[in-house]
Amino acid sequence: MEVFKKEFKHCDVLTVKGRVDSATAPQFSQALDAVTESGRYKIVIDMSGLEYMSSAGFRALLATQRICKRYNRGEVVLAIVPERIHEALELAGFTELFKMYDDPLTAVGSF
Amino acid sequence: MKTVKFSADFQFLDEIREFVGQFAGENGFSEKEVYSIQLAADEAASNIIEHAYVEVKNGELEISCGMEGDILTIVLRDHGKSFNPDSVRPPNLKAGLSERQIGGLGIYLMRKLMDDVKYESTANGDNLLTLTKRRG
Repeated sequence: MEVFKKEFKHCDVLTVKGRVDSATAPQFSQALDAVTESGRYKIVIDMSGLEYMSSAGFRALLATQRICKRYNRGEVVLAIVPERIHEALELAGFTELFKMYDDPLTAVGSF
Repeated sequence: MKTVKFSADFQFLDEIREFVGQFAGENGFSEKEVYSIQLAADEAASNIIEHAYVEVKNGELEISCGMEGDILTIVLRDHGKSFNPDSVRPPNLKAGLSERQIGGLGIYLMRKLMDDVKYESTANGDNLLTLTKRRG
């Protein structure tokens, strides 16, 4: 798994690539924590290069969404969610907790 | 049955997914089904590594895959602490963000992705988690 951050004026975009499972989720969590700990609570997660995510990754997303939503208009949104990962998120009942966008720039523009 | 022994460590989840995914693919499961099977096996294995082997280093996780007719069976065998997934309450998927449970999600997904999940502890101290799924 690899994760990169790009800062925009109103939000940060985290691009996550590869596979997020119990082995790599701590690294994914750390990247998310680094953003919220820097005082930024508007996050777009670009999943276009994501091949796989287990519930360990879902938990990291949920924990970060909780932190972000405590702050004024803070939120985690998802962009370009691959079909299989979308199906798993739906099964987990997560599609109601995260807005999803077809491209990262629209997601950035939503903030 | 095709059987592989893995060290009970999260770093081998990649290989576990590869093993069950290849077996399912070779036996005619669709790409979508293969993803579901890999996710279910990952959740099952992660759970064993996290709970059954919580205080154990060098634990062993044996995974067997078999096909009978159009039914795939995956058996995960460990020698750790018995941990019955039936004892975990399913998460409330209608709960709002703040009430949403963090735990129990992996087991819930595993059950939804497979047709049947069975757990048993044998007399000699092994725990067997059996997952089955019908093709098509």
